[in-house]
Amino acid sequence: MWNSLKTMWIIFLHMFHRRVTIEYPDEKPKIPPRWRGRIILSRDPDGEERCVACYLCAAACPVDCIALQATENEHGRRYPEFFRINFSRCIFCGYCEEACPTDAIQLTPDFEMGEYNRKNLVYEKEDLLIDGTGKYPGYNFYRVAGVAIGGKSKGEAEKEAPPVDPRSLLP
Amino acid sequence: MNEWTGIWANLILILAAVFAFSAMLSWIERRLLGLWQDRYGPNRVGPFGVLQIVADSIKLLTKEDWIPPFADRAVFVLAPAIVAVATLLAFAVVPLAPGIGVVDLNIGLLFFLAMSSLGVYSVVLGGWASNNKYSLLGGFRAAAQMLSYEVFMGLALMGVVMLAGSFNLRDIVAAQENLWFCIPQVLGLATFAVAGIAEARRLPFDLPESENELVAGFHTEYSSMKFGLFFIGEYVGITLISAMIVTLFFGGWLGPLLPPLVWFLLKTFIVIACFVLLRAALPRLRYDQLMAYGWKVMLPLTLVNLLITGAVVLSMA
Repeated sequence: MWNSLKTMWIIFLHMFHRRVTIEYPDEKPKIPPRWRGRIILSRDPDGEERCVACYLCAAACPVDCIALQATENEHGRRYPEFFRINFSRCIFCGYCEEACPTDAIQLTPDFEMGEYNRKNLVYEKEDLLIDGTGKYPGYNFYRVAGVAIGGKSKGEAEKEAPPVDPRSLLP
Repeated sequence: MNEWTGIWANLILILAAVFAFSAMLSWIERRLLGLWQDRYGPNRVGPFGVLQIVADSIKLLTKEDWIPPFADRAVFVLAPAIVAVATLLAFAVVPLAPGIGVVDLNIGLLFFLAMSSLGVYSVVLGGWASNNKYSLLGGFRAAAQMLSYEVFMGLALMGVVMLAGSFNLRDIVAAQENLWFCIPQVLGLATFAVAGIAEARRLPFDLPESENELVAGFHTEYSSMKFGLFFIGEYVGITLISAMIVTLFFGGWLGPLLPPLVWFLLKTFIVIACFVLLRAALPRLRYDQLMAYGWKVMLPLTLVNLLITGAVVLSMA
């Protein structure tokens, strides 16, 4: 009995506590930068698509909401012919971002994606692609990778030694 | 002619006021719960959310009114009406202020006890007619709970009757002119409040409903406005019990400065707020605890209270 009265008194004193509710549409919540929200595809500093269509994100996705098709341009750069994320399936786990070897796919702190029509939740590449570099400025996969593309042959990447010619006798 | 218009005006105004207040109570309760749980509660519809009840009633009225095919149709339809009618009838004897009140029965207190006990039929019949295991369990619990709490609910009030020497609620209020009965009858107040909470099926004793064990207890199968009637019945019940606590123990309309009606409403509101505070603070009792508490603690307490009051009244006479 005494305990119950004490509980009631403590609850009564909560009248004078600050309310914890954030009245959302009027008052925006503060969202940490690592929040896993809407997924975007970023570009490298030169403005080219970072995605090399390696399918690792699609393989990592636990709900299979990522679909893409790899293709190559005239310089030998791989890029996705289409890249489609079905956000009505996406669970925002962030595994695609962890799997991505080129920092192309990234999750952002935006969560306001409500739609009246379910089909509008399927985002195509032009919806996903942004103009900037996202969370990782300055990273350009083709400039650091050893793979040869048009305008940059073997050995011309940053911090890459010229290839060793095994037929040469010189050390 | 004049007398009759007065009675009708009283009747209709009190009915409307009780209905309106009970409806508002759902908003008041949610706001108060929010206040005590560090959140807001409904505050979107209208200023401070006061129109929430309008939104809720539109929702309830436009929902599908479904009667399960396995239910006992007649009883199923009748049950929700009983609780609303019985509790509203009990309001007839509550004296709001001098000259305000529907009837002035000389057995007002007994009438109140009878009507508030009728309310349990609604719950039991509703649970039975739903023909559903959860509802039936809820109905069982309601019946057992009412049986054990009804016993000392009446006994708890006998101390008040002894002191006032009358069953008439106006006489009881008048007898508290010098000293409110909450002081000489503190045990009576405590036991009546507990019984009243059980009678209104409010949180520490809401076993018939207990949404986290029995889905929604006796009204699991009810939808639309039939559910709404149960809902309103519950809120009218809370208002009724609070009004009775005020009338019997806190001097009804008596008080300095302010007009009598304002005093009555103010006191009733404070008691209702205490009911909500109980809901915010206390967890539900287990079924056997409920029974043990009723029979082993509360009933002896009321009997002791009765003996002491009797002895004091005898020695004073």
